[in-house]
Amino acid sequence: MTLLVASIAGAKAAEHSGTLPWKPFAALPPQPLPGGRWYVFTPDEARMVEAIVDRLIPADDLSIGGKEAGCATFIDRQLAGSYGSSERLYTQGPFLPGLPTQGYQGAEAPVARYRAGLAALAQHVRAQFAGKAFADLAPTDQDKVLGDFDAGKVAYPAAAGFFNLLLQNTMEGFFADPIYGGNKDMAGWKLLGFPGARYDYRDYVTAHNQPFPLPPLSIAGRPEWKVGSK
Amino acid sequence: MVRKLPRKDVVIVGLGWTGAILAHELTDAGLDVVAIERGPWRDTATDFNVAYAPDELRYAIRKDLFLQPAQEAMTMRNNISQTALPMRDYGSFLPGTGVGGAGTHWNGHTWRFFPSDFVLKTHLTERYGAGRIADLTVQDWGVSYDELENSFDRFEYLAGISGKAGNLNGKIEAGGNPFEGPRSREYPLPPMQMTYAPTLFAEAARSIGLHPFPTPSANLSKAYVNPLGIAMGQCTFCGFCERFGCANYSKSSAHTTILPVLMRKSNFEARTECEVLKVDLASDGKTAKGVTYVDVTGELCEQPADIVLLNAYGLHNVRLMLLSKIGTPYDPATGTGTVGRNYAYQTNASTQVFFEGKNFNPFIAAGALGQTVDDYNGDAFDHAALDFVGGAGINCIPTNGRPIAYRPTPPGTPRWGSAWKKAAKQNYGNTLTFSSQGSSYAARGNYLDLDPTYKDRFGRPLLRVTFDFPDNDIRMSNWVSDRMQQIATTLGGKQAVVGRARKGWNSVPYQSTHNTGGAIMGTDPNTSAVNRHLQSWDVPNVFVVGASAFPQNAGKNPTGPVGALAFWAADAIRNHYLKNPGKLVQA
Ligand SMILES: Cc1cc2nc3c(=O)[nH]c(=O)nc-3n(C[C@H](O)[C@H](O)[C@H](O)COP(=O)(O)OP(=O)(O)OC[C@H]3O[C@@H](n4cnc5c(N)ncnc54)[C@H](O)[C@@H]3O)c2cc1C
Ligand code: SF4
Repeated sequence: MTLLVASIAGAKAAEHSGTLPWKPFAALPPQPLPGGRWYVFTPDEARMVEAIVDRLIPADDLSIGGKEAGCATFIDRQLAGSYGSSERLYTQGPFLPGLPTQGYQGAEAPVARYRAGLAALAQHVRAQFAGKAFADLAPTDQDKVLGDFDAGKVAYPAAAGFFNLLLQNTMEGFFADPIYGGNKDMAGWKLLGFPGARYDYRDYVTAHNQPFPLPPLSIAGRPEWKVGSK
Repeated sequence: MVRKLPRKDVVIVGLGWTGAILAHELTDAGLDVVAIERGPWRDTATDFNVAYAPDELRYAIRKDLFLQPAQEAMTMRNNISQTALPMRDYGSFLPGTGVGGAGTHWNGHTWRFFPSDFVLKTHLTERYGAGRIADLTVQDWGVSYDELENSFDRFEYLAGISGKAGNLNGKIEAGGNPFEGPRSREYPLPPMQMTYAPTLFAEAARSIGLHPFPTPSANLSKAYVNPLGIAMGQCTFCGFCERFGCANYSKSSAHTTILPVLMRKSNFEARTECEVLKVDLASDGKTAKGVTYVDVTGELCEQPADIVLLNAYGLHNVRLMLLSKIGTPYDPATGTGTVGRNYAYQTNASTQVFFEGKNFNPFIAAGALGQTVDDYNGDAFDHAALDFVGGAGINCIPTNGRPIAYRPTPPGTPRWGSAWKKAAKQNYGNTLTFSSQGSSYAARGNYLDLDPTYKDRFGRPLLRVTFDFPDNDIRMSNWVSDRMQQIATTLGGKQAVVGRARKGWNSVPYQSTHNTGGAIMGTDPNTSAVNRHLQSWDVPNVFVVGASAFPQNAGKNPTGPVGALAFWAADAIRNHYLKNPGKLVQA
């Protein structure tokens, strides 16, 4: 048998006997990436994605929109990590066209799918709207483009399933813990009435059909807990 | 270069639920035991920190605690006419990895199967005639419910299951499941307090003559000290249960029930981040010498042992047997061979009832907190006039309100934009969900083998899953969906959407990690891979423990019977095998 041995990055040889092993900080909390910059998107891509997420989740009287909530920032940071490169997935060939029951069978990881998908969409918009960029279209035109995209009326081989990926990631950005760069001020959670990272509801279990009284909480606490904040 | 290690009495592959139970039982019998686990060490205090455990993105969506396909994937197809392709990401089911196994991030529904489930072929043939199961390959387990009762009881007391008995020593008890087999004593803990949705569901079900009861849960209704002296806490209904580790010591797993005692024993050792590649056989192929594994540094190691226990989860048990050439691979064309035979799954459908002006607070929840109706499960009802066998439990168990994945909206709602937002807000707290979890009966074309094309990171073939829901199971599930419709109508609400099972098992959406069969137990070595003690017919110093042993699956979650089988196999080794090593059953 030939063995191509791949070791797991960062792991240490591990034998345990006679005691409960305990390594301090073995399971680290999530580390937020510093803001104020794009990690993966080019400025043009970032502008386009911000415009898209703002139509997928528009600002209205119910909540802020996807752009202000940080959905594009969230997606950019996810793409910068193991998610963007499909590091944890099975990425060996051969790559054959699959049946719907077999899931995504492309060779491209999310970063490449975004690159190709956004480029194809930009090209489509330029062709349809006299050289304009998606971000410069009127909201109704933007919705029309996205609707066609969603309905599969815009065919882009390089971006197979890209609309669903974009929509899924946008929703993740709106509803994931704010520590990942989206869901600003827990706007997504407030919209639904989800109390976030709370961990003990014993006092409320039998309060049937009653509104839950406490505000949402992030892994990083609540904004007003910050030292020096008012 | 292979590093040869000193001999052990027992080597265990995988330190999940079953590995931990067997390790405890066999070290108790004085044996020197090593468990080899391919994932990392994990324990509650370090890894499931209350400050950042409630993180839906990390644990539920990106699946931080699960087996990563890069480490080991599987291929799938619905039938042999298709080309199997890799599940590049796990979706339909999510195998575990690391100390504690899938028990780390399970929900905790903890069942016993019905007595008739263990003698299914005999029972159905006697009641309905052999013709009724002609297109299925259902079999008897070779062990009866009565024989397993004590093992079920031990698992439930180890785990501190919360529930209400429906049948105590043959006497039907109010408030419990009247269809269950007799139990020798009450559950160790009373049922959990009920939230609003299951309470309404139970009222509706009861009003149309059904028998709802609290779902037995491994989420603890009270603080508990188990028979090993390990203390656990009360569940806080956090709603971050399935796919997460419990930070409160309230969900039973190997960590909260066994490992604190096991790890202090000098005759036990756990080696983590070490992946077993195969069981090493003697040249005659009839005795195992030990296992070969690759450790975290990439070094190949040989661990000799007198007894080899496969506790790697059902699917991985089967792959290891095939890679090690233990037993004869199953051939669907001829129906012969035993390893890979009778792979089965779970046939589910779900129902949503949309209300107005209700407040279900879906985030106040626990993995197994809810109510179940078993009137249409297994053979609890008469199938004489029906065109199927089997059945489903109907469960109202709202496990969470985590908003990336849980945002119910009525059909026809756009997926994005202002209209979507309005509907998402309106229905989040206003929706009651319940579902049917149906039996999955074995059929000739559903099986496991090694993929001819796709390889793992060591260059070894992946496991290939060939599966579709048999027609019998689709008919069963649709009939139960009609019963769900009745309950939904009784509940009222402004709209109900009743799900229906369809042909074409889809490997993408999550359905359940209730994969069964492939190394089934039985009384005939021609149709089972292991005997009634879970001992390989072909290599008697190998025992294969897990849901791989189920000849078919019932309409219930598997871990109760899996835990019971672990105690049952441990007893066979302790009380019979050690005295007289060799075949426990002569074929
Ligand atoms: C999300 C989820 C929810 C579930 N909910 C429920 C529920 O509510 N009720 C219920 O009854 N069941 C439920 N289950 C199923 C339940 O978790 C399993 O039935 C149970 O954990 C099986 O125990 P096991 O010991 O057979 O395997 P596991 O607990 O999975 O342990 C197997 C161990 O073996 C290791 N291993 C595998 N291959 C190798 C190798 N080659 N070398 C070394 N180590 C290896 C794995 O890493 C793993 O740690 C759920 C499962 C999942 C994933
Ligand atoms: S719901 Fe209960 S058992 Fe589950 S993780 Fe939360 S506290 Fe633990």
